[in-house]
Amino acid sequence: MSIEKSSHSGEHRELGGSAGLPERFENPGLEPHRHRLADSDPKRAKRSERQIALIFTISILASIAGVVGYAVFPVDIDRASVLNVRWSTLVVGLGLGIGMLGIGVAAVQWARALMDDGEKIEDRHPMSAGPAAHQQSLEILRQGADEANIARRPVLKGAIAGALALAPLPFLVPLIGNLGADWDISKFKRTAWAPREDGSGDPERFFEGTYRYLARDPQDTKIRAADVTNGNIVHVIPHGLPEEEHYLEEKAKAVVLLVRVDPSILKEAPERADWSYDGIVAYSKICTHVGCPVALYEQQTHHVLCPCHQSTFDITDAAKVVFGPAKRALPQLPIKVDPEGYLYAAADFDEPVGPSYWQRER
Amino acid sequence: MSALARSRRHRFAPMLLLAFALLVVGGAYTALAPSSAQADALDNADAGKGEALFIANCATCHGPGAVGTDLAPSLVGVGPAAVHFQVTTGRMPMQASGPQAEAKPPQFSEDEALDMAAYIATLGPGPSIPTEEQVDPALGSAPNGMLLFRVNCAMCHNAVGAGGALTEGKYAPSLMNSSPTIIYEAMLTGPQSMPGFNDATLTPDEKRDIIAFLMEQRGTNPGGLSLGSLGPVSEGVWVFVVGLGALIGCAVWIGSRSS
Repeated sequence: MSIEKSSHSGEHRELGGSAGLPERFENPGLEPHRHRLADSDPKRAKRSERQIALIFTISILASIAGVVGYAVFPVDIDRASVLNVRWSTLVVGLGLGIGMLGIGVAAVQWARALMDDGEKIEDRHPMSAGPAAHQQSLEILRQGADEANIARRPVLKGAIAGALALAPLPFLVPLIGNLGADWDISKFKRTAWAPREDGSGDPERFFEGTYRYLARDPQDTKIRAADVTNGNIVHVIPHGLPEEEHYLEEKAKAVVLLVRVDPSILKEAPERADWSYDGIVAYSKICTHVGCPVALYEQQTHHVLCPCHQSTFDITDAAKVVFGPAKRALPQLPIKVDPEGYLYAAADFDEPVGPSYWQRER
Repeated sequence: MSALARSRRHRFAPMLLLAFALLVVGGAYTALAPSSAQADALDNADAGKGEALFIANCATCHGPGAVGTDLAPSLVGVGPAAVHFQVTTGRMPMQASGPQAEAKPPQFSEDEALDMAAYIATLGPGPSIPTEEQVDPALGSAPNGMLLFRVNCAMCHNAVGAGGALTEGKYAPSLMNSSPTIIYEAMLTGPQSMPGFNDATLTPDEKRDIIAFLMEQRGTNPGGLSLGSLGPVSEGVWVFVVGLGALIGCAVWIGSRSS
């Protein structure tokens, strides 16, 4: 804690005025210790003691109240009600919280008001163990290396290197293995909309056993083109998907927005002219930015908004990005109508849905 | 003022500020009392009276015969449900141009709104005002309503119908104070930015399920501060202001001298 006095005494600005400033400011040290009232006045100390005891008592009462509350408001399956859940959570939570906080507050107050508060100074000890100990450790290391004599025992050198290299594998292999059963990225390019080219699909769910029908989410009912009216929106899943394996994984890729707009305001590229039906268009609901569901459809502007980062897509113009961080338009699902008027997907999306990934080509 | 300035270093000042912050945040989320509207059938409505009201109050923008002008769309075929929704929530007549027509105290009585609805109905067929039975939450299934609400509504109106922001100043309003009839009419007609959900997309029974789910949200609170049910934004503000404020208060108290 002592300050060396010899350092740079030469560089001091000359300051005018007879009052003059000292050559250098000395460390004023600690200010004189100010005693608390409780240190000199036993009554005051007694009062602090009662105060702390009171806080501990509150803590004790709160802990008991928490346990009583758990018993008074049953939340088991037979007797639970919304009101019981509310009171049980509140009382048990407050009991636990006040019980613990009370102990902390009382302990701090005890230290502040009653424990000795005199300032104490402890100088730091040097970190180094000294040159002798230093020398001795180096000597032990050198001796060990000499005795092992690794240069003259190449077999042992190879063996220890092999053992060290393999030891982490029992940890790493399961870790990487559990990331996923396979590393097949072609899955990202295929969704549940892909036609069953061999015609093996259930005719109830696949047009001619091949092309999947569109269905309402979550009802899973087929959609007639005539039922999709201007200014409406339908949230779509592949028909029959909820009964298939990996439903949620497949749904996460296959969800679609279905809207009808006036065909006269629909801008369509010539190669996509037969992807829509009488103004009805279907686009992937998965944002091309980071994959949130883009579903906030404003029917007057025909924009869909992603709630995560405000990417906005224009439904009338191939779902191109009009605002926000997304870089690509939403992929379009080509749709057709069967003889009974139900909509089906004529093909899978022509590009992977959702956000970009390393192996994606564009 | 100087008394206030002197006492800013008082040892109770942080606690007082904390209490003030709690009060402000708590007060900001106090909910309003719900109001309800009753829709009667159009049987007693007078289309002639409705036409007179329309000419006096609506034709400036919607044009004579409600065929629409550059300012406002045609109302032919919008149906009584749309008129009842817009007029009884005060959205129409519009007070000022803006991102969207906002709800305000209605300018017309229920009967006048029904008269206008009857007049618009004579211009072309459109969605009609639902019956009492169609919007009775007691007849709907709240669990099924929750499934439907989650897929069709929650992205804009929030998980429990607290509302949320759209683009360029538009927003999805809170559904916490909307009557079942108004909610039904909004789903059916798709007012303003909202897309419609016709009876094929959401059947009348499914619409009633959604209403049942929404009415369930107004029942007993299962506990905790809802903070407006707005999700991470209001919860984050709470944590930063109240949570960090409390921690700073504790640190100041622990470091202070006992008298």
